[in-house]
Amino acid sequence: MSEHVHTPQCKQLLGSLSEYIDGDLQAELCAQLEEHLKDCDNCRVVVNTLRKTIELYEQTPEPDLPQDVRKRLFFKLELDDYLKKE
Amino acid sequence: MVETDIPEISLEKLQAGDREAFARLVDVTSGHVYRIALQILGDDQDAEDVLQETYIKAYRSLPGFEGRSSLTTWLYRIAVNEALMIVRKRKPQTISVEANTSFDAEAESESLQIVDFCCLPEGELLSSESRAFLDQAIQNLPDTLRVVFVMRDIEGLSIQETADSLGLSESNVKTRLLRARLRLRQELSAYFSGKVQEEIHR
Repeated sequence: MSEHVHTPQCKQLLGSLSEYIDGDLQAELCAQLEEHLKDCDNCRVVVNTLRKTIELYEQTPEPDLPQDVRKRLFFKLELDDYLKKE
Repeated sequence: MVETDIPEISLEKLQAGDREAFARLVDVTSGHVYRIALQILGDDQDAEDVLQETYIKAYRSLPGFEGRSSLTTWLYRIAVNEALMIVRKRKPQTISVEANTSFDAEAESESLQIVDFCCLPEGELLSSESRAFLDQAIQNLPDTLRVVFVMRDIEGLSIQETADSLGLSESNVKTRLLRARLRLRQELSAYFSGKVQEEIHR
């Protein structure tokens, strides 16, 4: 495992990474960042793995509300008349 | 009829105490509310308590809802506040949700791990063992960062909606989001580095 050897430019770009990945970075900064990424292998790995990290979390299946939890909620709220049979 | 951000649910009916409209609101939103609570708290029973308390409070507060944010954002805000109250009870020394917001590029860049785990096969990245690690990594985040990451990247709210539901400024949300994401990236890099080595030597 290696650690990042960074230039002042790498550090400066770190603060923009989230917006870059979300596609919300201003065009000028975006161009600067992409220019830097062409020459900096380490920063490229950071960007790619950051993007992958977010993707992995987005792909996590969202569990449905368990039926028993739903049922107890409706009873607690005295909405049991509206509990549909499923 | 004044529509809410949930189709077919009228705000007028909700505010007049219409039980059927309220039951529909609960049905449409309770999955999200439960997951938010579960991700913040990491405990089924606590998440269920938050779920119930959120709707009890929402029902009482609905007549005073002024529509400054969307109905769902307003509901999530109640849920997050309930969840954070439990967090504070568990750890009375915990810092306020407002604190600790700056981004320190110097500190963040000091020990960045460079492990290109993107190359790992999907089966490895998405194994049940990896999933358990992903869940644990969220729980290891400080509360101030975890709530933002859960709302934005897990529940898929926009920056603006996340800010509204947490009562934070957008720039504050962005800073916390970046710190949460970088921290999780660090944890995953460390976790996957062994597996990357195995792949290389295979």
